[in-house]
Amino acid sequence: MYAQMVKSTGAAVKSLEEMEPQERAFQERIDAGEKIEPKDWMPEGYRKTLVRQISQHAHSEIVGQLPEGNWITRAPTLERKAILLAKVQDEAGHGLYLYCAAETLGVSRDELYEQLHSGKAKYSSIFNYPTLNWADIGAVGWLVDGAAIMNQVPLQRTSFGPYSRAMIRICKEESFHQRQGYDIMMKMAFGNEAQKRMAQDALNRFWWPALMMFGPSDKDSVHSAQSMAWKIKLNTNDELRQKFVDQTVPQAEYLGLTIPDETVKWNEERGHYDFADPDWAEFFEVIKGNGPCNKERLGARVKAWDDGAWFRDGLMAHAQKHALADAAE
Amino acid sequence: MDKALFEFLCRMGDNTLVLGHRVSEWCGHAPVLEEDIALANMSLDLIGQTQLWLGLAGEIEGKGRSADDFAYLRDAFDFRNLLLVEQPNGDFGKTLMRQFLFDGFQSVMLEQLAISKNERVREIAQKVAKEVSYHLERSSDLVVRLGDGSQESHQRMQAALEDLWPYVGEMFLDEAEDAVLADAGIAPQPSSLKTAWDELMLPLLGKACLEVPESGYFQKGGKRGTHSEHLGFILAEMQFLQRAYPGATW
Amino acid sequence: MKKEWPLWEVFIRGQHGLAHRHVGSLHAPDAEVALKSARDVYTRRNEGLSIWVVQANDITASSPSEKGPLFDPSQDKVYRHPTFFPMPEELKGL
Repeated sequence: MYAQMVKSTGAAVKSLEEMEPQERAFQERIDAGEKIEPKDWMPEGYRKTLVRQISQHAHSEIVGQLPEGNWITRAPTLERKAILLAKVQDEAGHGLYLYCAAETLGVSRDELYEQLHSGKAKYSSIFNYPTLNWADIGAVGWLVDGAAIMNQVPLQRTSFGPYSRAMIRICKEESFHQRQGYDIMMKMAFGNEAQKRMAQDALNRFWWPALMMFGPSDKDSVHSAQSMAWKIKLNTNDELRQKFVDQTVPQAEYLGLTIPDETVKWNEERGHYDFADPDWAEFFEVIKGNGPCNKERLGARVKAWDDGAWFRDGLMAHAQKHALADAAE
Repeated sequence: MDKALFEFLCRMGDNTLVLGHRVSEWCGHAPVLEEDIALANMSLDLIGQTQLWLGLAGEIEGKGRSADDFAYLRDAFDFRNLLLVEQPNGDFGKTLMRQFLFDGFQSVMLEQLAISKNERVREIAQKVAKEVSYHLERSSDLVVRLGDGSQESHQRMQAALEDLWPYVGEMFLDEAEDAVLADAGIAPQPSSLKTAWDELMLPLLGKACLEVPESGYFQKGGKRGTHSEHLGFILAEMQFLQRAYPGATW
Repeated sequence: MKKEWPLWEVFIRGQHGLAHRHVGSLHAPDAEVALKSARDVYTRRNEGLSIWVVQANDITASSPSEKGPLFDPSQDKVYRHPTFFPMPEELKGL
């Protein structure tokens, strides 16, 4: 997902009996559905995992501006341009809300940027794929936002108050994103031959990376068991991936598009679609930095930050000069 | 009369179209998240204004052309925007300075259009004026802060002003149609706006500790369709899909 | 000189006469810029009629460990809630 590879403690999940009283009280509050707030006591592992998860999510939002931002100046109508710009702007907003949520855990936004820019922090693998034709903008809204929503809706109930509140706001704002994507797909899939070709091409390229967004199978992962106990992860990767496939296959059929996986087939017994695994070797390469656009994406963020330093410092200098002048009066 | 009004509406709409396009180039690349979001708002306002002005231009022309037709299917020599708005973004300071200089012009222009004898023009002007007054408040605030900020920000803002100053004069240049519209009380002669612009803008530049360059020779031609080389590239990008796949619906 | 822009908390009063509500935070060099950014960041969907910003450092918050002493006592004062007083069902207007 937007936070695909978050490692929590790595140790097996402790039972209530094994915990010290303070930690036990903490876990019991979570089990009772209470929210944890920034000044509450929390295990160090919980704090660290959350900082990593929320900041990965935030980084994904702002790096996620880039592939779509690519097409703002080439959008085919004024209305499409306005819609796309508003959507990419929302992503900047979501990044901002999430950074603020992470900051309540005692880390500053500039530190988090530093981690992103140095390559220490990760962001979702999906944004390292290119947007090559206009239907990609449809596919990103339909598939990428569609996959993101699967994860974000349950996260509104996550145990950490500021994260939960940010997710509530984000989900409210995102409700139009997936629809605008599908709306573009409809125009393309029901358009002329060239447009249909673009639509199929977009689906072909985004299907597998979209499945990878949920992260590798987590059946055996202790990390994910701990995160689930802490309610900062609410479903397994496989559950969400299945849900996504079940939802998306009929939507592709409606468009008359073919999912680039010949094994996709309704399984009556399971009550779900069967589908093939994406190429996990590719996924790990992309996470490592070897995706088709990793360098451009990160480079663009670093450049924006470095080029903007004089602007941020200039405004700060003005504010400090005038705070001094006001104090002297 | 309609011909003159049509020309005028194209100027208004092409200004906001081209500037909106330029501002949208920043999306995802601004110096700080808050600014990224604010710029997108401004660009969205400008795109909305384009739809109003060019939409009305199409009605006045009466050939069934839409705002999109004007934006996506004309070549550069039919564009009527000021050279100022097509200038490249440069650093963030230049983008802000370009915005500031233009916002000042829009602001004094809209003040007059808000009392236009043409009802449609008046309606659009009144609606758009609120957005523009916020744009000017924002851009002037930032220009003042950066001009009176750090040494580097001051130097950059001074350089931006000097770069863009040769494009200010064109704002106040009268074309043949302007006299017709002014006589009919529909739109002011651009030259008549100069004093108001000076009164509005020069004190702000002073507050920003910026030195106004010696006024002298200025670049012109945009309003008649003779543009800088930059516009062709803007259009090549903007119009790509409409040109490559004529007649498709998007 | 500290370079990072300080954090501001944003409160917005919406359309329906309710009090200002905390909606989120942002970074800004000073209060005036914070106010403008709050407009751009937090009222993109026509949410607000009035904005307050306050620097996060200036907020004094109650500490969670005092939650018991601060809030538990009010739980005992059940007579402050209207449901404490049962009324005959046939009576109207009470």
